[in-house]
Amino acid sequence: MIGPGDNGYLAHAAGFVLRDGPKVVTSRFEYEDSFTMERYLATGGYDAIKTALTRTPESIHGEVRDAVLLGRGGAGFPAGVKWGFCPDDVWPRYLVVNGDESEPGTYKDRLLMERDPHQLIEGCLLACYAVGLSQCFLYVRGEMALAQERIAQALNEAYAAGLVGKNINGSEVSIDIVLHWGAGAYIVGEETALIESLEGNRGMPRLKPPFFPAAIGLYGQPTIVNNVETLANLPWIITNGADAYKQMGSETSPGTRMFAVSGHVKRPGVYEAEQGVTTFRDLIYGDDFCQGMRDGNDLKMFIPGGGSAPWFFEEQLDLPLEAKPVGAAGSMLGSGAIVIMDHTTDAVKACLRVVRFFSRESCGKCTPCREGTNWLETVLQRVLDGHGRPSDLDMLLDIGNNISPGPYPTAAHESEGLEAVPFPPKQTTICPLGPSAVAPLTSALRRFRHEFEAKIVQRDLIPVSAEPAPVAAAPDHGGGH
Amino acid sequence: MARLSEENVARAHEMIARYPVPKSALIPLLHVAQEQDGYVANDAMEHIAELVGVTAAEVVGTCTFYEMFKRHPVGTYVLNICTNIACQLLGGEELLAHAEERLGIRAGATTDDKMFTIEDVECIAACTEAPCLQVNYRYYGRIDPDRLDQMIEELRAGTGIAAEIPVHGTLAQTLQHLPEGQGDDIIHPDLITEAPVWFRSDEPEEATTGGAA
Repeated sequence: MIGPGDNGYLAHAAGFVLRDGPKVVTSRFEYEDSFTMERYLATGGYDAIKTALTRTPESIHGEVRDAVLLGRGGAGFPAGVKWGFCPDDVWPRYLVVNGDESEPGTYKDRLLMERDPHQLIEGCLLACYAVGLSQCFLYVRGEMALAQERIAQALNEAYAAGLVGKNINGSEVSIDIVLHWGAGAYIVGEETALIESLEGNRGMPRLKPPFFPAAIGLYGQPTIVNNVETLANLPWIITNGADAYKQMGSETSPGTRMFAVSGHVKRPGVYEAEQGVTTFRDLIYGDDFCQGMRDGNDLKMFIPGGGSAPWFFEEQLDLPLEAKPVGAAGSMLGSGAIVIMDHTTDAVKACLRVVRFFSRESCGKCTPCREGTNWLETVLQRVLDGHGRPSDLDMLLDIGNNISPGPYPTAAHESEGLEAVPFPPKQTTICPLGPSAVAPLTSALRRFRHEFEAKIVQRDLIPVSAEPAPVAAAPDHGGGH
Repeated sequence: MARLSEENVARAHEMIARYPVPKSALIPLLHVAQEQDGYVANDAMEHIAELVGVTAAEVVGTCTFYEMFKRHPVGTYVLNICTNIACQLLGGEELLAHAEERLGIRAGATTDDKMFTIEDVECIAACTEAPCLQVNYRYYGRIDPDRLDQMIEELRAGTGIAAEIPVHGTLAQTLQHLPEGQGDDIIHPDLITEAPVWFRSDEPEEATTGGAA
């Protein structure tokens, strides 16, 4: 299918680079048949749920809470805590798996679904058992045909083996898992929009607070929404214990994460790396990671956590890959998507491209986002095309301010301008999509204002006048009087 | 064009049964309609509305939100060329321009012979393989203009990659099927009033979970 089989890449899992180091969710990727039931069972598969069934649901929940398993979808909220938000006496409760991976640059859930669907299914079973969820919906992004195929196959096998469905492994526990697939809408990755979509509606986010999905979700029932990678961690945690899990990574962000590094690096790839101990510099320049910038170019900027994240620059290279320090530096680790841009990149063009994405994907529910992102795109486009007006840059910031209001905090580094991008953003919208369009804009405009201005100045070079342009002197008149 | 065929109605009933509330099956059912006709026809939407028990307007409402659903016929092969940030950095926009030039159409349009539709799509989650594209939702990575030309030739001639790409509208070729006797517990949430059996241990003291040993 895709991708070369050399330079450390796995031929059967395009983009994934196998390296030494602890592996939690990608331990089977090296096997070409990692998606089959036989391989899964031969490598300890479904042992975790069999063990779990001999323990109480509370102890499984406690194990996950102790492991401080942070959500891998973007917000980074601890899964064990989220599970605890279900009201005590409202039944049934549902699990919805968020496999609608579409954040620009993000590329991990698709591999997990294609390469190890059984691991995900076992993760779903563990979550359901721990929280008392009797039905699980596995929502896979519509465009991912192969992932849907692999999960369908895996579910059919698991049902046939008595590991999903009625009386799992002969116990009294019955959990149904249903594969569901979407039809192309980024916003559906937002958990309440995901629920709307699963109910057969237009995927528009619901207003929250007061009611989060854990209280009122799918069909108005308590619903846990977890990311694919989050759930894929569960079998390992239950088999090896929370203590072993916390041996990896840092105290506040234990375990490993999958990072998709793309853009201007020598070896772009998806890597599983320990959180906290690995830095952005390791990831970009490390020999067992991306091996440096292409053609030895200089780094200009990078997106640390998907299209929604404010950009980072050279001075943030030594930050660890860990939610807290990255958050404190004014951005987010988000979905683990890291996009590297070298000095040949046009900041205006890159910024426009990310803004255009959010403008196209705005669902249209909230006015500041629907109108604002569209105007951001329109104005940025005219700046890029050389038709910008001198007032445009302030106007862009003003539009941004209407979606994600300031005041902006003082910048950590003077090169960012006097003010930094506010993060986490305040928002005049229901969901964070609108503010996500503002993040790249303010990042680019504060750091590279001169590039924007240069494009606007160009406009002045085009004569705009009612008078006919002066005709060049004919050559036989010589060089003047 | 057409309502759902008999075979697809059977598939539809199987799908609807997997959800506690029938309307949840709407998006998968619209995919069935698209697989049948290559696009989502009005008659098919009316038929789906009848099957699910909602109005046709609600089906149209859902259908029009999602960009994978085509309301008009498209080419046999839909080329989704990614131009989002990771692909843009490595030539995605140039690749799209090349495809437009080569096929003589703009993104969003279909060639006169109804073979190809080009789309300028957002991130398709293959960023390390930039610039990447999908043909009828099958991934191809690290595509340069020459390779794209070759792919177009192969698709036209029915050779090479044409063998691995189904017609537009077909997603997974393996589908989930609940075995006989499974799925009886999938009922409307209003009919469920108590915790699942393994989760009831708190209330009556004697009914502790059996597996503690």
